[in-house]
Amino acid sequence: MVIINGNEFDVSGKTIAQYLGETNYSTARIAVERNGEIVPKSQYDTVILNDGDTVEIVSFVGGG
Amino acid sequence: MVLGQEQAQRYARHFVLKEIGVSGQKKLLQSSVLVIGAGALGSAAIIYLAAAGVGTIGIADYDEVEISNLQRQVIHKTERTGMKKTASAELTIRELNPDINVRLHDEKVTTDNITDIISMYDFVIDGTDRFETKFLINDACVLAEIPYSHAGVVRFEGQAMTYVPKKGPCLRCLLGSVPPPQETLTCSQAGVLGAVTGIVGSVQALEAIKYLLGTGNLLTGRVFTIDGLDMVSKVTTIPHSDPDCAVCGTEPSILSLKDNKEEYEIKSCTI
Repeated sequence: MVIINGNEFDVSGKTIAQYLGETNYSTARIAVERNGEIVPKSQYDTVILNDGDTVEIVSFVGGG
Repeated sequence: MVLGQEQAQRYARHFVLKEIGVSGQKKLLQSSVLVIGAGALGSAAIIYLAAAGVGTIGIADYDEVEISNLQRQVIHKTERTGMKKTASAELTIRELNPDINVRLHDEKVTTDNITDIISMYDFVIDGTDRFETKFLINDACVLAEIPYSHAGVVRFEGQAMTYVPKKGPCLRCLLGSVPPPQETLTCSQAGVLGAVTGIVGSVQALEAIKYLLGTGNLLTGRVFTIDGLDMVSKVTTIPHSDPDCAVCGTEPSILSLKDNKEEYEIKSCTI
């Protein structure tokens, strides 16, 4: 299981890009942190989620 | 610096806070904050900075007050439609607190002028309404090593974080580059509720005041998010910078704003 924003998801083995593809997140407007480190957008296709990973996804908006 | 009798009364509620006190108040009165954008975020931030006695407040904006601004931009007034936002904000500050030295930067921030403007201040607040400008402010503050508060608001949602040089990630560490226009919505396209901009703009003023006083825990390495509709707020800890960040990483590719000018040009489709 992977803990994403505090909830458990059965997504181990998937890349971050594969997980995000199943969600409504706008990839350009999010920051993804895995086990305390930022995952650069260029690595979404290659970083694979493992059992026990903790992931935080934060969405940003641009208005003001 | 000696506080006058009126100042002693004005800031009495600060004196009893151990984090401020008389010495902290003097520090605030001798500090300077630049607010870029006298819009919705800027309105809340400027009003609370002025009320708190932040001695010098700079305001950078090139727009004029429109009637459609007033449901959220609470520093402006109905009779001031058509007036420069900088001039309108200055009037409100003067009514609220005559202690404040107001500096107006009646121009659009660009790669040519932003470094000179931000370098005059201890802390910068980004109250602008476009990712392109938010990245310009981010990169300028990173390169000039000036702390600043980032924020954004659309609809009922918003976020804020505080960049302090070499102490945590910058906006570019987190997002990489300006999101393409089809991925973003401006307030005019998506709508926005003033009460939400008030919360987030207040958070920005609070961060500036904490930074100036050197007290509390900043939103550095942490992102505050709020969804005002479901009333869920959260602080996500993202403690480390991205070592590959193009502006604050170990081998940055953005060494001057001019080299990266194209990214800061407004591409968002606006109504």
